[in-house]
Amino acid sequence: MKFTIMINEGPYQHQSSDTALQFARAVLAQGHEIFRIFFYHDGVNNGTRLSVPPADDRLVQKEWSELSKEHDLDLVLCIAAAQRRGIMDEDEAKRQGLDANNIIEGFRISGLGQLIEGGIESDRTVVFGD
Amino acid sequence: MATKKFMFVNRKSPYGTVYALESLEVVLISAAFEQDVSLAFLDDGVYQITKGQNTDGIGQKNFSSTYKALGDYEIKKLYVEKESLEERGLTPDDLMDLVWEDEDDDWAEKPSIILVNRAEMADAMAEQEVTLSF
Repeated sequence: MKFTIMINEGPYQHQSSDTALQFARAVLAQGHEIFRIFFYHDGVNNGTRLSVPPADDRLVQKEWSELSKEHDLDLVLCIAAAQRRGIMDEDEAKRQGLDANNIIEGFRISGLGQLIEGGIESDRTVVFGD
Repeated sequence: MATKKFMFVNRKSPYGTVYALESLEVVLISAAFEQDVSLAFLDDGVYQITKGQNTDGIGQKNFSSTYKALGDYEIKKLYVEKESLEERGLTPDDLMDLVWEDEDDDWAEKPSIILVNRAEMADAMAEQEVTLSF
């Protein structure tokens, strides 16, 4: 079965990103396909590489990044949501005249159409939020 | 591209958090993909479509007029849960007059709001293929 997963909360403040990670791993372990994982609202904060949690805590963003690399996943941050919250890739930072970018490897920034396309192309769309 | 039944479930009040505003952005994009779109308003989400919203005192954009434009995007099924209205002391008269124009009926304006009880809302949700909850 083909899945699209939507994540609407950032790491740490809410559990939804952790739960989505476990769900994504379970989906893949059972031999299903993940068409896309779309991050919206504060969920775009899952895509920063500048988080530094205490040493005995998990680094959620890195777990997403590694899962993406391992399974060649399409992790998409909504551009409008990312711009509001200061999550930038190199091109976008340049375009906005900003002095830095902070996106972590394995994510890309694109539009909301990617979410709708995911809903159309997938057998199941699963939302993780508050 | 295929057409699917999309439902956007709105459960939160329009201000206080950004969910309602950003949810509307997804709704408008879905219309561009020509999907069969409906919206559900329940819990505090019913406040999103109340009349007379005024944000002057909180320094935020009043985006309530966007709901009035939904009909122009062929989004004409807005399910509103009766129990959620009643629990908040609201009646249908407290809601904005949201309409769509029926081109098969000489562009007559028809109401977009469909009042349903909790069980009927569950039925409407069960018909959907993609349900996004905000």
